Amino acid sequence: MSVLWISILIILGVAAFLCLFRIFRGPTIADRMVGVDIMGILFVGITAITGILYNLSFLVDIAIALALISFVGTLALAKYLERRTLDD
Amino acid sequence: MTEVTVVDVIGYIVIFVGVVFDLLGAIGLVRFPDVYNRLQSATKSVTLGTFGIMIGILIVAGFTPLGIKALICGVFLLLTAPVSAHALSRGSLRFGAKMWKGTVIDAYGKDKLGGPQIESEEGETKENKEAEDEVA
Repeated sequence: MSVLWISILIILGVAAFLCLFRIFRGPTIADRMVGVDIMGILFVGITAITGILYNLSFLVDIAIALALISFVGTLALAKYLERRTLDD
Repeated sequence: MTEVTVVDVIGYIVIFVGVVFDLLGAIGLVRFPDVYNRLQSATKSVTLGTFGIMIGILIVAGFTPLGIKALICGVFLLLTAPVSAHALSRGSLRFGAKMWKGTVIDAYGKDKLGGPQIESEEGETKENKEAEDEVA
């Protein structure tokens, strides 16, 4: 069964590399922010798959924390992009 | 872990569907012409794909601590990813990122920003404005 999990991890890694291509080539700064947001969500999936591959339950805790940090970071970047201050 | 039950096979199918959605969303992030099109493709399909991965992990692992944590993570992702995508699209529209030149109508830019934020090109600008007036 570990061949199946590793092939799933390889497919998700290819998707993350496509996001990295968009981060490098994005014409505006908004494109790069979209790439960072999507790559954060993909890393949540990769961490959870690794957790079930090695049967380690604390890796899913790490996935929850990663989702929370990605959400807060994307909101802060969107506020910065809109040229507003953080207490507005 | 030598024998594979039917529940395991159902879980693997759900995880595989989620991974395919993730890959298609990432391909759309590369191929689409515009910030808003990329956000549309990537956010919706990647959110559904990662939620599918979490539900598949719940089905495979059963009601163990790993499965329950995966369910909590999936529900959290399903609640927060659309919020961040909406904030990002509103911020990029206020920032001044232009829409693709084939866009038909931009009602938010017309109301709030003093004009539609559509990328102009010679020869197609008039047609766009006529179509927009017809819709309005």
